[in-house]
Amino acid sequence: MTATDNAQDAYAAERDTTEGRVYTVTGGDWDELVASVDPVSEERLIVNLGPQHPSTHGVLRLVCELEGETVRSVRPIVGYLHTGIEKNLEYRNWTQGTTFVTRADYLAPIFNETAYCLAVEKLLGITVPRRADVIRVIMMELNRISSHLVALATTGMELGALSMMIYGFRDREKILDIFEAVCGLRMNMAYVRPGGVAQDLPRDGLKMIRDFVDYMPQGLDDYEGLLTGNAIWQERTQGVGYLDVSGCLALGVTGPVLRSAGLAWDLRKTMPYCGYEEYDFEVPTHNGADAWARYVVRLDEIRESLKIISQGLDKLEPGPVMVEDKKIAWPAQLALGSDGMGNSLNHIRHIMSQSMEALIHHFKLVTEGFRVPAGQVYTAIEAPRGELGIHAVSDGGTRPFRIHMRDPSFINLQSLPALAEGGLLADVIAGGASLDPVMGGCDR
Amino acid sequence: MTSDPTGTGSAGPDDVQPVGMQKPKGLFGVSDTGDTSGFGGLVQATPSAGELVSTPEPLGGYFDEIVAALREAHGDEITRAVVVDRGELTIHIAPDRVAEVCKTMRDDESLRFELCNSVSGVDYPDQRNRLHVTYHLTSMTYRRRVRLETAVGLEHPVVQSATEVYPTADWQERETYDMFGVVFEGHPHLTRILMPDDWEGFPQRKDYPLGGIAVEYKGAHIPPPDERRAYK
Repeated sequence: MTATDNAQDAYAAERDTTEGRVYTVTGGDWDELVASVDPVSEERLIVNLGPQHPSTHGVLRLVCELEGETVRSVRPIVGYLHTGIEKNLEYRNWTQGTTFVTRADYLAPIFNETAYCLAVEKLLGITVPRRADVIRVIMMELNRISSHLVALATTGMELGALSMMIYGFRDREKILDIFEAVCGLRMNMAYVRPGGVAQDLPRDGLKMIRDFVDYMPQGLDDYEGLLTGNAIWQERTQGVGYLDVSGCLALGVTGPVLRSAGLAWDLRKTMPYCGYEEYDFEVPTHNGADAWARYVVRLDEIRESLKIISQGLDKLEPGPVMVEDKKIAWPAQLALGSDGMGNSLNHIRHIMSQSMEALIHHFKLVTEGFRVPAGQVYTAIEAPRGELGIHAVSDGGTRPFRIHMRDPSFINLQSLPALAEGGLLADVIAGGASLDPVMGGCDR
Repeated sequence: MTSDPTGTGSAGPDDVQPVGMQKPKGLFGVSDTGDTSGFGGLVQATPSAGELVSTPEPLGGYFDEIVAALREAHGDEITRAVVVDRGELTIHIAPDRVAEVCKTMRDDESLRFELCNSVSGVDYPDQRNRLHVTYHLTSMTYRRRVRLETAVGLEHPVVQSATEVYPTADWQERETYDMFGVVFEGHPHLTRILMPDDWEGFPQRKDYPLGGIAVEYKGAHIPPPDERRAYK
């Protein structure tokens, strides 16, 4: 390539920078490029993977140093989806906070809300009614299944098993339909609120959930038939992305990745919350510590979640779903109207034409919010990707003084170099997908 | 928000203060005579406001064992204050002793805090040492949790890094640096992680504005969130 060529072709130019020579390749003159950079030579090639790339699970950028096909170093670069959720929370009242945290890890909104609400409730020193606890557990386990289904679907897509993607998203849709029937929204539903949940399950909700619990085992068998015995799937995942227990603990990795290395650490069992100690379920583990083991563990966890949901449905007894204390409980009620889910017309009638006090009360709680006694707490729950922790600090006001979300995606992504370096470039994708990072949660 | 370096913090090692920025007054925070219910005159004293108050020992449960083991390894002065609140133990330590305390917490037979869950910061603008860094540790062996907390001022915001002991603190300390401007001494590559590399300022500090633009809708003018009317 001559200097004149460079001047003419803006899309395949090479330029010298302080980092070395940089080539911009958009197709075309590959012969010339290979001639000028021999990939098998001793020189190492720096390749930017992402931030916009279908196999990086969102806006994740990986700077890979390659020696031929072998990855010598990977540096994950995050922050492209930083939305300042933690900062924004400091300018809204405690109840509005649920609508922000739910958007962090967008595949596990119920978990974000529950962890946040458990923190607020611990600061307030209140316990929620039993029915609200059971509903939270049912919704969380449904959400865990939907999140694991996306993990399986996207991993399948990235490794070339496109059918798995279609099946995974098909079955996730059934869960989103349940969410929509329960709270009006498919994602980011702000359903779990400090003091309980926004509203009770709808009349046909129980039947929908039961139908799903009956349907899902067949789906899981299908996935196993599709992938488990598949030689290509085995080759792409077994022995790939190895990270043992000590590596996990040093890097703070929790969730299915830690359990796939053999340590049965599941906060639902080890430090129960929301009444998980009453449920009978197993913590699936595996000894492989590789991408295959994580696939197996996730499949088994879906089966355990189905068991928990069935037990939860049996535990549902009539009762309130929000604390009785009217100084905390959200005054407005939701109801299904002719134009969809919205404010209950009975409630609107009550405050607008029956009781001035009720109107004042509604107005004060909605615009100002309740006060939370000063202090700090840390609550953690077992989200689909690992420990989701909320460090909540209150100064005694109506707004959070500081909320920090310990998101498992952020922590787990740190381990990507440890499990990808020394392997092949294709295994970076398999290993990264087996961590199942969600960038919305990672960057918050 | 003011960044008055004198703040309300007093001199001496007791300048680590937990939460407590304002005195809750009245049931709805009304400061004038607007409330006729009688609750408006209530004044609740917050024990954690102002100077840091250690919880009187014994602390109960496993908290005493942890504090005793820590003092045995590093001497009594290692704990600046020990606070038990809402069933959680917070041990306040000096910023230059974080690494050695973490090492003891991880390796001591009776402590065994193998997992560092979360590292993050909190900014208390009214305190002299306003930038706090918290470490949440979990002992998987004993199924215990503990919080370590340290505080530094703006003039010398340097905290010892815990990455040598807990490699997982790497990104979390970078985030704390990114958001609060706390410099972690001994961190392998302390750079911004969530914000762009050339960003100026530390967004999670209380004197950093949220930003946003005003919205006009049907003639009504709605200011950005950080300029809206707020309840005291």
